[in-house]
Amino acid sequence: MSEMRASSVTTSGTPQPTSVTGGSDREFNVKERSQLQQALRRFRRHRLAVASLVLLIFIVLLAFVGPLVWKYQYTDITPDNSQPPSLAHPFGTDSLGHDGFAQVLRGLQQSIKVALCIALVATTLGVVWGGISGYYRGLADSVLMRLADLILTIPAIALAAALGSTSGGAWWMIALILGGLSAPLVARAVRGVVLSLREQEFIEAARALGASDSRIILRHLVPNALAVVIVYATLLVAAGILAETALSYVGFGVQAPDTSLGLLITAAQSAVQTRPWLFYFPGLFIILIALTVNFIGDGLRDALDPRQTRQRR
Amino acid sequence: MLAYVIRRIFVSIPILIGSTILVFIMVKFSGDPLEPLKMRNPPAPRQTILNEEHRLGLDQPIHVQYLNWLKNLVLHGDFGPSVHSNTNIGHELGGRLVVSLRLVLISVLIALIFAVITGVVSAVKQYSATDYTFTFTGFLFLAMPTFWFAILLKSAAISYNQAIGTQTFFTIGDKSPFLTDDSAWGHVKDIAGHMILPTIVLGLVSYAAWSRFQRASMLEVLNSDYVRLARAKGLRPRRVLVRHALRTALIPLTTVTALDIAALLGSTIITERVFQWHGLGEFFLDSVGDHDANAMLGWLLISALIVILFNLVADLLYGVLDPRIRYE
Repeated sequence: MSEMRASSVTTSGTPQPTSVTGGSDREFNVKERSQLQQALRRFRRHRLAVASLVLLIFIVLLAFVGPLVWKYQYTDITPDNSQPPSLAHPFGTDSLGHDGFAQVLRGLQQSIKVALCIALVATTLGVVWGGISGYYRGLADSVLMRLADLILTIPAIALAAALGSTSGGAWWMIALILGGLSAPLVARAVRGVVLSLREQEFIEAARALGASDSRIILRHLVPNALAVVIVYATLLVAAGILAETALSYVGFGVQAPDTSLGLLITAAQSAVQTRPWLFYFPGLFIILIALTVNFIGDGLRDALDPRQTRQRR
Repeated sequence: MLAYVIRRIFVSIPILIGSTILVFIMVKFSGDPLEPLKMRNPPAPRQTILNEEHRLGLDQPIHVQYLNWLKNLVLHGDFGPSVHSNTNIGHELGGRLVVSLRLVLISVLIALIFAVITGVVSAVKQYSATDYTFTFTGFLFLAMPTFWFAILLKSAAISYNQAIGTQTFFTIGDKSPFLTDDSAWGHVKDIAGHMILPTIVLGLVSYAAWSRFQRASMLEVLNSDYVRLARAKGLRPRRVLVRHALRTALIPLTTVTALDIAALLGSTIITERVFQWHGLGEFFLDSVGDHDANAMLGWLLISALIVILFNLVADLLYGVLDPRIRYE
């Protein structure tokens, strides 16, 4: 903001070039920072979270750019079968001669897609669900929250297996189902935030000024509830990737010939003793993703928590 | 207190009915249980298919099917016909419930004990090497897929058995098919032996989350004014820690444990599959594969009952932990 103002002043042809806000004419030599800038600063201080973010970006790039560059495709059958890791096959090969690295890259790509979609579906649905529930209260609230309670009494993986048994293993169907089943969690959290926000003075002021419901929700409630939602979305990515692997393991997730990290582990489970590399690498990547995402979520929670604004660091 | 328990049980009945309706609808849309029969080659006679439809009640509209199911369950304790005509769902569930419940209960108990200990130690020694170790392992277990760890543990146990040349760890099934030592003690030993690995797997998942949670709530309590007062009064540190701080810090964990039971039952399905237990998990996966609506509903009802039961226990525990709460 401050930079923009300063530059617009100079371009409009003011004789003296003004520097950034907070020049020598000001009492305090403090730079103006937007909320986003403050959050970013606080996030940067969380070293583990920043390192995790870098690692996660690297893994995502690997998953989506890697297959374009790597010499084998995940469907390719190479003449070397059951090879332990070597230079030609960094992650070894399976008994049919599929290159392990190409398979892990493809699995990684599918698992990341599923996990991101789960987070997207769950947060979108959850925000609307919890938002309506918290804002309108009354009957709508009771009905929506009882429905959330119902869904949360049933183990999600069981419901997903029952629903997914006819999906034919399309990755987006699995993402939709798991996302939908995680939505009540987000809805509960969002409802809590909205319930406490809607009683506050600035909402009252907006209403007194004649703002419509949709304006209050979109301009006042959503930005203030955003911190909670972002943190939830991050944690759902980690939960999503674990749920997808679990679902693939019981046979109701992504189906062959396509693959996912969960499916790769499932296929390798009978060969843990003989070809352990097939089993270790996909698992390692799941752990890496879930771990980094959890650390990022932790960092975000600290950075976005409004109670942390007591000091300008 | 008894009145409170009875009231709570009555309140949970609508939730039970609601979840059965939800699942009934979803199961009905999830697929045709008679598909294998219809796809059979050479084709099954039309009359056979019609008879099967009639036996399963599929020839009636969906709401009639549901009401019939509910009526038979309440009046006769009958879970309805299974796709496999010689299977009695209620009988199957009863036997498997014992197998799965002992796994769930013992791993919850062990996970709670360890979670409280490590959570408290972490909080008391905040930012020490011990704290960082516990925190790191907690995060690691949270990021690990259950079945990956389970398979790893199973394979390690098999390697160990082979190296030693004896059956130290049991890796398959919930009990041995036959025993040389047919005494009661022999059976107990056998069952306990089979439980070791699955309990570790199932317990670790919850342990990781709960220990993190216990650490956070313990830290909050330790920094509160009344704990400072207790210390200022000159009470022994141990007494402050256990009687004043820990008691309060256990309340949030109770809530989380009860909330996590549904997810834990989901993990049970996976753990049982890795170790090839004939428990509720296997029963559920089979029934999903067969599109066996009544079997799935039976399983759901049992797991919903377990969830509700755990929530009830959690509510009663609040009364023990927090003297302000009284159930009239």
